[in-house]
Amino acid sequence: MSALDTGWTPPPQSLAGRLGDLFWRRPGLLVALMLLPPVLWLGIVYIGSLLTLLLQSFYSLDEFSGLVVPEFTLATYAELLRPSNFDIILRTVIMAALVTVASAIIAFPIAYVAARYARGKWKALFYLGIMLPLWSSYLVKVYAWKLILAKEGILTWLFAKLHISWLLDAILAIPGIGGNSLSVSYIGTFLVFVYIWLPYMILPTQAALERVPANLIDASSDLGGTPAMTFRNVILPLAFPGIVAGSIFTFSLTLGDYIIPQIVGTSRLFIGQAVYTQQGTAGNIPLAAAFTVVPIVIMGIYLTVAKRLGAFDAL
Amino acid sequence: MTVAVSLRAVSRHFGAVKALDAVDLDIEAGEFFAMLGPSGSGKTTCLRLIAGFEQPTSGHIEIFGERVEGVPPYRRSVNTVFQDYALFPHMNVIENVAYSLMLRKVPKAERLKTAEAALDLVQLGGYGARRPGQLSGGQRQRVALARAIVNKPKVLLLDEPLGALDLKLRESMQEELKSLQKRLGITFVFVTHDQGEALSMADRVAVFSDGRIRQVGTPEDIYQRPDTPFVADFVGSSNVLPPDLVERLAGVRRFASLRPEAIRLGGEARLTGTVVARSYLGPVTRLAIEAVGLKLHAIVPSGADLPGEGDTIGLGFDSVALHLMGTEP
Repeated sequence: MSALDTGWTPPPQSLAGRLGDLFWRRPGLLVALMLLPPVLWLGIVYIGSLLTLLLQSFYSLDEFSGLVVPEFTLATYAELLRPSNFDIILRTVIMAALVTVASAIIAFPIAYVAARYARGKWKALFYLGIMLPLWSSYLVKVYAWKLILAKEGILTWLFAKLHISWLLDAILAIPGIGGNSLSVSYIGTFLVFVYIWLPYMILPTQAALERVPANLIDASSDLGGTPAMTFRNVILPLAFPGIVAGSIFTFSLTLGDYIIPQIVGTSRLFIGQAVYTQQGTAGNIPLAAAFTVVPIVIMGIYLTVAKRLGAFDAL
Repeated sequence: MTVAVSLRAVSRHFGAVKALDAVDLDIEAGEFFAMLGPSGSGKTTCLRLIAGFEQPTSGHIEIFGERVEGVPPYRRSVNTVFQDYALFPHMNVIENVAYSLMLRKVPKAERLKTAEAALDLVQLGGYGARRPGQLSGGQRQRVALARAIVNKPKVLLLDEPLGALDLKLRESMQEELKSLQKRLGITFVFVTHDQGEALSMADRVAVFSDGRIRQVGTPEDIYQRPDTPFVADFVGSSNVLPPDLVERLAGVRRFASLRPEAIRLGGEARLTGTVVARSYLGPVTRLAIEAVGLKLHAIVPSGADLPGEGDTIGLGFDSVALHLMGTEP
């Protein structure tokens, strides 16, 4: 029997076609080409700068001349431990931790509803609702919050209208975190941090919850798990990596931010502001560099602990 | 005989779709019961209603005499082996099996002992420390089984439990499930779309289609004496003969089923037809034959003298092989 004429014709030969053939024969080439720009950026521009920064932190500033002395010393790090500097670190870490915990608690129910119940149009609406605040400028939002929280702001007015001004006064009277008005208190800083970083907690949590198969929830229920038991033993452990991913965002973003505490809050500094001041007006690059190393070290410790807790086991 | 599960006029509608439509069913205690049907026939919905994952739109369900509408799954003495096993990926095998005991606050030592015994029962002793991801499909299936029986449910539901396994494994699991059911004495309710599986394992079979039960009976009943053309066709792909042909052959105007293996090629020919396709299946060969405007199948022993495509042949069968059914298609 002769070969059948099936009418098959090859696709037309073109440059794109020949390039396609090349990539098909050497898949590694395509991967390498796609990876090249980010690797160059990350490897040289980012990691390179980071190492230079690390180097700077081991130099010190000559008190008299105000010049950087390029000799290795741990003096700058010792300076970090001075009470005035160490307070900044402590204040920032506590704030970042509280913001993270609050974000996780607020984000979970929202993410849960979106992952388990929202379908089609409602899911689109959910994404829109979460992303919409991200489309407007961060500065606009922070300033808006300053007005909301100010003594003459809408919140004070609302508390007065509801005849619960005493509650606001009681909150502001809490020593340490209170103040003259919410906009100049740690509570205010905390509220704005939580508001601004919340989307970064909701999205990974929602993604993680979405990946929990519905039949695992059925299985837990089938085996005698009440909704609370199923939540604790199945849903939460499986969503945990997502919460940790979100907390990496909220925690590190709070550690590094220098705008929010400057606009809303007390005059006491956070790490970001300290870096800003040291490298700017004070001209103390080594101390600024040392301050920058702090969040990196803290994040390193944080990720190690998260890994020990099994946060990444279900990935 | 005690009734383990009883459904009375149970319907489950999803919007306009009647997934289950006024179904009556009694499953006896200690029985190995199969729910057989094509996909979308309502068999899985029926299982989920018994498990409690779905609530009936109307009708009522009893498990050992107790009404269970509005009773959540975690309060029912029923456990399920899920189609894709639904093992908890963040727990190892023993934790998976002991899960229901853990929820019931059984002390740890006792819990592990019981779980280990359940694993032994499914021949997975010593696998406790592994993660589900490190097991083969067949092993996962056994873990799911051990997890479902560890708490000694009154009824065990199995949702296409062998569907994802390869043929050899499926055959050995069929035997194992059957002997396990005998040893435990638990009522097994088994959902499958594979008629061979239903016939070989079950004490009784319910055939589902379009949200209704078409026939309930022993495998022999279902296979030899189907009530409707659907059952005849679905269970063992029988030849369904239309009323006018049956009137000519047997003198009554009803549908009839003629099993492919009941057709003989030699002897007295009652129909003539043309072979249109021949498939060799090892010990037997299946012939597709066009006769009197119908496409019939015949299964005959394989041999050298079989007709080929295009050959005209005479078809013979005993009158008793012609099983008469109703007048409805």
